[in-house]
Amino acid sequence: MIKLAHGSGGEKTRELIEKLFLPAFKNPILEKLEDSGRLNGIAITIDGYTVKPIFFRGGDIGKLSITGTVNDLAVCGARPKAIAVSIIVEDGFPTEKLEKIVSSMAKISREVNAPIVTGDFKVVSKGEIDEIFIITSGIGEIFYPSLGADRVSAGDRIIVSGPIGDHSLAIMGERYEVELPQGFESDCAPILKLVEAITQVGGIKWMRDPTRGGLAAALNELAKAINKEILIYEDSVPFRKEVLNFCEIFGFDPYHLASEGRFIAVVDKEKSEKILSELTKFPEGKNAAIIGEVREKSKGRVIVKTKFGGLRLLDPPTGELLPRIC
Amino acid sequence: MLGEKLKNIKVKRHLRFMEVCGTHTVNICRFGLRNLFPEEVELRSGPGCPVCVTPASAIKIGIDLALKNDKFVITTYGDMMKVPGPNGTLADAKAKGGKVFSVYSITEALSLAEKNEDLKVIFLAVGFETTAPASAWAIKEAKLKNIKNFFLLSFHKLVPPAMELLASEGTLDGFLCPGHVSTIIGTEVYKNIARKYKIPCVISGFEAEDIIFAMIKLIEMAENEAYDVFNAYKRAVKKEGNKVAQGLLNEVFEEVDSEWRGIGVIPKSGLDIKEEYADFDAKIAFNIEKEDIPENPACKCGEVLKGYIYPYECPLFGKSCIPEHPIGPCMISSEGSCAAYYRYGGRLKDD
Repeated sequence: MIKLAHGSGGEKTRELIEKLFLPAFKNPILEKLEDSGRLNGIAITIDGYTVKPIFFRGGDIGKLSITGTVNDLAVCGARPKAIAVSIIVEDGFPTEKLEKIVSSMAKISREVNAPIVTGDFKVVSKGEIDEIFIITSGIGEIFYPSLGADRVSAGDRIIVSGPIGDHSLAIMGERYEVELPQGFESDCAPILKLVEAITQVGGIKWMRDPTRGGLAAALNELAKAINKEILIYEDSVPFRKEVLNFCEIFGFDPYHLASEGRFIAVVDKEKSEKILSELTKFPEGKNAAIIGEVREKSKGRVIVKTKFGGLRLLDPPTGELLPRIC
Repeated sequence: MLGEKLKNIKVKRHLRFMEVCGTHTVNICRFGLRNLFPEEVELRSGPGCPVCVTPASAIKIGIDLALKNDKFVITTYGDMMKVPGPNGTLADAKAKGGKVFSVYSITEALSLAEKNEDLKVIFLAVGFETTAPASAWAIKEAKLKNIKNFFLLSFHKLVPPAMELLASEGTLDGFLCPGHVSTIIGTEVYKNIARKYKIPCVISGFEAEDIIFAMIKLIEMAENEAYDVFNAYKRAVKKEGNKVAQGLLNEVFEEVDSEWRGIGVIPKSGLDIKEEYADFDAKIAFNIEKEDIPENPACKCGEVLKGYIYPYECPLFGKSCIPEHPIGPCMISSEGSCAAYYRYGGRLKDD
């Protein structure tokens, strides 16, 4: 039976992909399991958005739907060229809300110069879906092709482009009725500019946006793919205080929380400082940090050096953390 | 740095300590603190996970009640929902249509009873000295407000008798005593254990610094043969404990022999409702009889809870028993040792 956990982006999702989707759709592009499929200089991606609430601090489902797709292309070294959109709403959905969502979509699409060139709109009976779901697909031109887990080697450094987990907190805060400080927002934003800037430096080997499943899911996936160990220095991971406090109180692991405007990059050690300094030139990259390294040690695991010098495994999320955060 | 200090202590002999409390177990794993102990020092995890030590028969009683009558409502703490008994879990009973709800606190159960007079609301109460006072309070409150449809199914347990049992086996060199439990019971109880069994006791808080400091102290006391109790959590634990909570416990509960899952019956280690409050005792109201339920022999939770083995020494650990499909309670509870070792690892090697 399919459970919510299968959609969490964690272990269960991986299991389903490996057991059902990969064997059924078998092809070498899909098998790389990247955020976009890359072929002959172009990249293509698709994502469904079901976030609840549809309006949240720092964004709405419309902004998220374009941002997410553009970001999935960006981490594959591709510049978005065109976007296709399908919107499904339930009977009785207020027109004003739809207008607001559509205008958010238009704004981001203009910002990243990726026109919405085709679309589809459907209405279903009340209760058949919850308010509104959006599916977006994007096609992009690859400008930085030399990416892939197979390029990662021991000694490489791991960089994050900014604080992790803000999107989850913006959504979960709303759902758990937690009062968030004034000005706290989801990090939902396109990352294209930052990616373009660091690819100028070169030495980037692998990128991923840590959405569902957070840093833990993305890094565990990488560790397994490269069959090496990833060591994370806890002191260096830029979590916001609000995120840590929330996790402490509600018993979540901040490494499992999602971001919608950040990326992880595995980079050549020699280039890492230069890449970091490029990132910190951007306001959204000012908290970027080198958070760890790739090592030849125990294979396929991620470990964290804690603040006191202790060591622990970084486990991939297993259950449903909270459904419908994106 | 405190971590370095701990790592560099020179220890003359092998020392085997035990952390009694499940929250300590989780935090020690989460902070990766086992890596900071000197080579000769080991810290085993003990029986302080309330869900883990609740006998399988308790789960069966809850399930049977929930499925027996659609006016019966079983309420309990979240982790209890997933623990398997001989006829499944409370979550299964809920899926079959039984009225089973997880609550954050017993007050939710009480107010459910108050608002729905046609239902019989039963709170399946687990936990140690930390949660038992809330149960005692709820019973007193129910009596005061004349709520006649609220019942407590008490599986509350007391920590010191279990510590005494483990201390009497003579294999431990010290206890890292539970912080939260100590806020209720105070420090003197451990003094008796320390002296009688020649075993130092250090009460610890839950932050990494607290635990590291407590471990340094514990090593020092063991090396100096200081068979006493040291309170390293003074900001929360007073010598006399919490008198109000103790008063509530004494008023509502009496100490009885009690079965601990995987360990067996420990004398005077459980809390049953006193006769004066028998109207609220689910065991009496629903004629519940104790049932002996054999454990799955392959599951080594009992040995884990007694600190005889580390979780990863169980043949099922990480193989057929993982958090997504757990076999024993220690892999289910968020405070269970097996779950903590599985998620965060034990003593990871890094040179």
